[in-house]
Amino acid sequence: MYAIELDKVTKKYKDVTAVDSLSFKVEKGKCVSILGVNGAGKTTSIKMMCGIIKPDSGSIRVMGYDTVNERNKVGSVIGVSPQETAVAQNLTVRENLEFIAGIYNKKDADINSVIEKLGLGEVEKKRAGKLSGGYQRRLSIAMAIVTEPEVLFLDEPTLGLDVIARRELLRFIEKLKGRHTVVLTTHYLEEASILSDVTAVMAKGRLKAFGTTDEIIKMSGKETFEEAFIALAGGEDLK
Amino acid sequence: MRMFVFAKRNFKEILRDPMAIVFGIGFPVIMLFLMSIINKNIPPEAQMTLFEINRLFPAVSVFGLSFISLFSGILISKDRTTSLFIRLCASPMKSVDFIAGYALSLIPVAVIQLIIALAVSVVLSLKLSAGVILCVLSCMISAVMFISAGLILGTVFTDKAVGGIASIIVNLTAWLSGAWFDLDLLGGTFKKICRALPFANAVDAGRFLIAGEYSSAVKPILIVTAYAVVLAVCASVVFSIKNGRDK
Repeated sequence: MYAIELDKVTKKYKDVTAVDSLSFKVEKGKCVSILGVNGAGKTTSIKMMCGIIKPDSGSIRVMGYDTVNERNKVGSVIGVSPQETAVAQNLTVRENLEFIAGIYNKKDADINSVIEKLGLGEVEKKRAGKLSGGYQRRLSIAMAIVTEPEVLFLDEPTLGLDVIARRELLRFIEKLKGRHTVVLTTHYLEEASILSDVTAVMAKGRLKAFGTTDEIIKMSGKETFEEAFIALAGGEDLK
Repeated sequence: MRMFVFAKRNFKEILRDPMAIVFGIGFPVIMLFLMSIINKNIPPEAQMTLFEINRLFPAVSVFGLSFISLFSGILISKDRTTSLFIRLCASPMKSVDFIAGYALSLIPVAVIQLIIALAVSVVLSLKLSAGVILCVLSCMISAVMFISAGLILGTVFTDKAVGGIASIIVNLTAWLSGAWFDLDLLGGTFKKICRALPFANAVDAGRFLIAGEYSSAVKPILIVTAYAVVLAVCASVVFSIKNGRDK
């Protein structure tokens, strides 16, 4: 069974086609990066995979559950870290984690372990709204993993972080591979290369390439991944 | 139960917001003291009983509860703009968990508000009686009505618009409830409109109960209850439609 299966998924907003006939499959335990410039359709795709918005046509299955007809079952097997830090501002770090564990009915959630893994110990009694951007981002990811989801969606997880915080977070995400199926959207090619088993390159709502970094370079006929991405994001098709 | 977990979070968010304390609890207390001072300065020959504490307590209680529309509207509309809401929408939470979670978190706020208003009123010479307790209980029906109205506004409007629109409810409560002036003085169509709306009925119910006129309180209580039920159902339906959930 695949962890994620998209079949000809399309989403339109009035005259704009945000996602156009998107199809791909991700095996369990793998990390897939969805790469694309702004407006490529990455976040819309993630929101559809999470069941937050419905596709106009096509189907999406996450861990075998249909995201439209079995939305609540999908909700129980996924963890999401949205693009902006998704934390309850007036709750402390620990309270935020307890809150999410409660929402998922995970009474045995190992909150102490998550706090330790993400280096949140020294701020666990601080309110989330008072934390720095880096800590807020870590907390947002901690809230996504505290329920031990089978599929983890990370939408631009390193956006706005400084170099050191970004490096630490990348190391942490790398450790998640294998235990969770990870879907990551990013602007950064380096992140996709380091973290992902497979990469999906999107441009103007369409899937331009899907495969390992080396496969994409080879298929594009370019020398480097950056050149391949620029060509694909600019609208070129694979040879 | 997800709704209780969500309610606990909402309750903490409200209580940790200083504006909620100022408007929700401080404002009714100020109104009670202010109106009592005004009442003391009204000469007896004016025969004005509107601001006597047994008539003032239900009026200020209902008026204070109208601010809960503002809290609930702002809470839900602000939540809708945040990424936390996206996270929660991706969780197994259903519409009923959201609506009940918001409503349940605001009920204790209403209870705290009423207890403080009652304590201040007792200090200002209100005598505790069965009627006073029944008045507090009848105010809880108004609380459900105001909470539901706020949830509808917060679901439909943006966080920027909802403050202004919810303050219309606060103003309607002030002007159409008979809290600050006797509706019989104006009479006619204005009085009929006031009697058809829940605000004056909510205040009247409290005043009748404190006066021991229980049978007179039945009709206004039924009117407020009908508004509360209709608004609560509407809040649930509007939220479900707006957020396309429950599968």
